[in-house]
Amino acid sequence: MVGNILRAAAAPSVPPAPAIEPAQRLISIEGIARRYRQKHTGEVTVFEDLWLGIDQGEFVCIIGHSGCGKTTVLNILAGLDRPDEGVVIVDGREVDGPSLDRAVIFQGHALLPWLTVLGNVAYAVAARNRSWSKAKVREHARRFIELVGLSGAERKRPAELSGGMKQRVGIARALAIEPKTMLMDEPFSALDALTRGTLQDEVRRICLTTDQTVMMITHDVDEAIYLADKIVLMTNGPGARIAEVVRNTLPRERDRNQMHRLPGYYAIRNHLMDFLVSRSATFGDELAAGRAWSARSVPVVEPGREDAARQPPRGRQPLEPKQLAPR
Amino acid sequence: MGWSDRGRALLLSALVLGVFLAAWHLATRGTGGAEGLDPAYAALMGAQVTEGASAMPGPLDVAAELWRHVTDPFYDAGPNDKGIGIQLAYSIGRVLLGYGMAVIVAIPLGFLIGMSPLVSRALDPFIQIMKPISPLAWMPLALYTIRDSNASAVFVIFICAVWPMLVNTAFGVATVRREWLNVARTLEIPAWKRALTVVLPAAAPTILTGMRISIGIAWLVIVAAEMLVGGTGIGYFVWNEWNNLSIVNVIVAILFIGVVGMVLDQLLAAAARLVTFPE
Repeated sequence: MVGNILRAAAAPSVPPAPAIEPAQRLISIEGIARRYRQKHTGEVTVFEDLWLGIDQGEFVCIIGHSGCGKTTVLNILAGLDRPDEGVVIVDGREVDGPSLDRAVIFQGHALLPWLTVLGNVAYAVAARNRSWSKAKVREHARRFIELVGLSGAERKRPAELSGGMKQRVGIARALAIEPKTMLMDEPFSALDALTRGTLQDEVRRICLTTDQTVMMITHDVDEAIYLADKIVLMTNGPGARIAEVVRNTLPRERDRNQMHRLPGYYAIRNHLMDFLVSRSATFGDELAAGRAWSARSVPVVEPGREDAARQPPRGRQPLEPKQLAPR
Repeated sequence: MGWSDRGRALLLSALVLGVFLAAWHLATRGTGGAEGLDPAYAALMGAQVTEGASAMPGPLDVAAELWRHVTDPFYDAGPNDKGIGIQLAYSIGRVLLGYGMAVIVAIPLGFLIGMSPLVSRALDPFIQIMKPISPLAWMPLALYTIRDSNASAVFVIFICAVWPMLVNTAFGVATVRREWLNVARTLEIPAWKRALTVVLPAAAPTILTGMRISIGIAWLVIVAAEMLVGGTGIGYFVWNEWNNLSIVNVIVAILFIGVVGMVLDQLLAAAARLVTFPE
């Protein structure tokens, strides 16, 4: 039911841009850079020459260490921040400010504490649908509160909710404006493992059923593998860039608890961990050693593919590899 | 046991009051008269000499006078003899007028200062210099330019009430959480509406704190201002009773000033509770 609502609202109000590629390219990041001046060291480049395309309906995760500018990239996409160079094209138009088509789920939930749960969601709904009556706005908001499983908590204020419930309200608020894209900045990082798992399941379910295009920042490798179709690897800042895009070859119907038994899972996970632990810092050396790489068309790798081919369909389970948590 | 904390606090309060009243009574009671005075001399000198009483009225005298004022607060027997209710009404009226004008000026200006770093930096030196000026220092200037004592008193209230509200509003507006503003921006809410639906509720507790400080200062200043401008008001009443050497009336007026000040403060405290949100 919600899927229909979302799809109906996603009908473009402007004529769609001529399709450049067979898959509908929705977001195109074109050579953006962020620099700032420092007193002693002169100009510092946080990141530069970032190019990335996101197709309609894709779930993209960005991983990289703190300070590589992930949040800035997300804010630029949201229109809350501006790049010092380059542009972001969304739906055939250059981003020049925030838009209701791009909903943001903030890291710290960012609910307005003086409003109730219903008030927070209705605030967004009323902003999207200015001509709606109060009753219609509330009705619409209630439906999305129900969708994230918070029925009965409509009259509560954010301070009375647990961290997981607050983030659910944030998700309901983002979904309720029926955006074309959802931008999430580490939405689950402040939650306990159990709540995080449940919310990941819900976000995945909702995004699959509504064909939502999502870009999400995360630190959590397993979260990225579970949720993303494409995982963007950013090197360490300053001077961060997109090193690779990992295509997730796990089947679309995957279960969070059974995921590690899927062929290819460990290959992807090891690839991501290797990148975070060492390659994110030494990527420059790889380039210096003569690796073929272009910022404009970043290599897309499929570490899960070869592994799945190598592995017998019902063979023994792979041993848990030694892992270092990147902290 | 069985006494709640509140009950015990109340008991202690009553005890403090009792001890204070008893000490006051003992310190000011008559110590028996001096015998054998010339009756004419005694009539001339009054109780202070004839009965050894203090010139300071005792708690019973004050209570009697207080009762007289409470039972008949609104009599008007000419310019120098009005009921304390009328005098308080004049003072409250002046405070509300000056304070209201200060609200109208300080809150929008505070919004502007809080939202614009440029305006903030430009106006900061003026505010820093004007803020510490005693409001009564403005009185001669006000009397000279406005040429009306009543309006001058109102102006003095205005000028003393404006600063805490202005500074607090600017601070509250400038420190609204960035993420709340970003939420509104991503919802494409126009700037004016953002100011009303996000900045105002977010800054309201800080603004109300400033308003509460201001009403306190305004009520402090009105007494002094009315002593200067004269005519009406509780400040004038105090000064007039001092000139009449009616200490008992001065004490009664002090009690009333305290009670009214407390009521004004509590009203704003209640308003602040209404807009405060838990985070």
